[in-house]
Amino acid sequence: METLTFRHTTKKPLSGSVPSAITGVVASGNLEILLERVLPPDACEVAVETPIAGYGDVWAAVVADFVARAQPGGLRISINDGGARPDTVSLRLLQGARLMEA
Amino acid sequence: MAGDRAKRIDPDALSWYEATARQRVLALTDPGSFREFLPPTERRMSPHLPLFDLPRAFDDGIVVGRARLDGNPILIAAQEGRFMGGAFGEVHGGKLVGLLRVALELKPKAVLILFDTGGVRLQEANAGETAIAETMRAIVDARAAGIPVVGLIGGRAGCYGGGGLIAGTCSRLAVSEGGRISVSGPEVIETNKGAEEFDSRDRALVWRTMGGKHRRLIGGADAFCADSVTAFRGAALDLLSRAPAFDLATLEAEQARLEDRIARFGDCRDGTDVWARLGVNDPEAVPGMDTDAFDETVARVREADHDAR
Repeated sequence: METLTFRHTTKKPLSGSVPSAITGVVASGNLEILLERVLPPDACEVAVETPIAGYGDVWAAVVADFVARAQPGGLRISINDGGARPDTVSLRLLQGARLMEA
Repeated sequence: MAGDRAKRIDPDALSWYEATARQRVLALTDPGSFREFLPPTERRMSPHLPLFDLPRAFDDGIVVGRARLDGNPILIAAQEGRFMGGAFGEVHGGKLVGLLRVALELKPKAVLILFDTGGVRLQEANAGETAIAETMRAIVDARAAGIPVVGLIGGRAGCYGGGGLIAGTCSRLAVSEGGRISVSGPEVIETNKGAEEFDSRDRALVWRTMGGKHRRLIGGADAFCADSVTAFRGAALDLLSRAPAFDLATLEAEQARLEDRIARFGDCRDGTDVWARLGVNDPEAVPGMDTDAFDETVARVREADHDAR
């Protein structure tokens, strides 16, 4: 099991006030994403547990792209991965951010 | 968490089979009423799966909590069939047992269990087996205290292994066409007894022997629903209001019925043989029937309704 942690500084906090949300399911080619509004408004942390080792660079790129697009300030994001493809990861992250804004 | 989003899920449009455990809970219960126990933010995850280099889930594959169903206070558990086949591990089982035990104190109108399981996680074998036994005992205790335990079965994993045993201890069961109830799954039977005994690749055979229609016709389930959350909600409300008494008379009736079932159907080779013997006019037509036509057929079969589980 590989554990990866990414920390980013955002320009603004994510809008909305939902304290936490979860989306996705841990299953083959899928993942679950737990989002919690527990960090300072300009900080975002993404922690990944994945059984597929050796894809740290891809995860770093996907997470950086998500942070740039969503500006998820204040969120601690925890991921249990079931071997999802990068496009699925992007989709779930944006879906999670949307749930937190609702 | 997420309780307020129930309003956005349309229970009519949501397929029970396709939905996740959380979607089922939120769409089934009264909007905004669900309160989860040990939610994902608590991170109560399996202590065993990392030993096998397997990913964990924040809720260990089961959602438990309290809610209201048409105003009635209920406790509810929903298994996530897509996470390890909805299988029972230590934490997963502990959450279900804890929910059933707290029912003795909270005295809800009913406990609903939304089964979606292949049985015990092999990686957590003994812990899972213990959970099955403890769950059955907890259901018996709840029923003895006058609290109905209603099982709803229509997920992609079906209700197999220890889940099939647990379902047998429930007060009432509702099942859809996609739902299957059994202890040994098709592949298990074929592996142990050969394809001549049971061909697991014959999907029609699987549905004729373990599927929702078969279970309903022989009285193994008490309601047959269309594959929508609305249908399961209606079935749950109906069943929780007419749970059988949990007493010696009910158990003796159950024992007699099981003995009678072996005597009548023990030599049948297929579901259609059983249905013909039950008096169904055109057994071959059963798999293709829609819910209304099937309900009419059920109404003519005496065995389909009884107070024993």
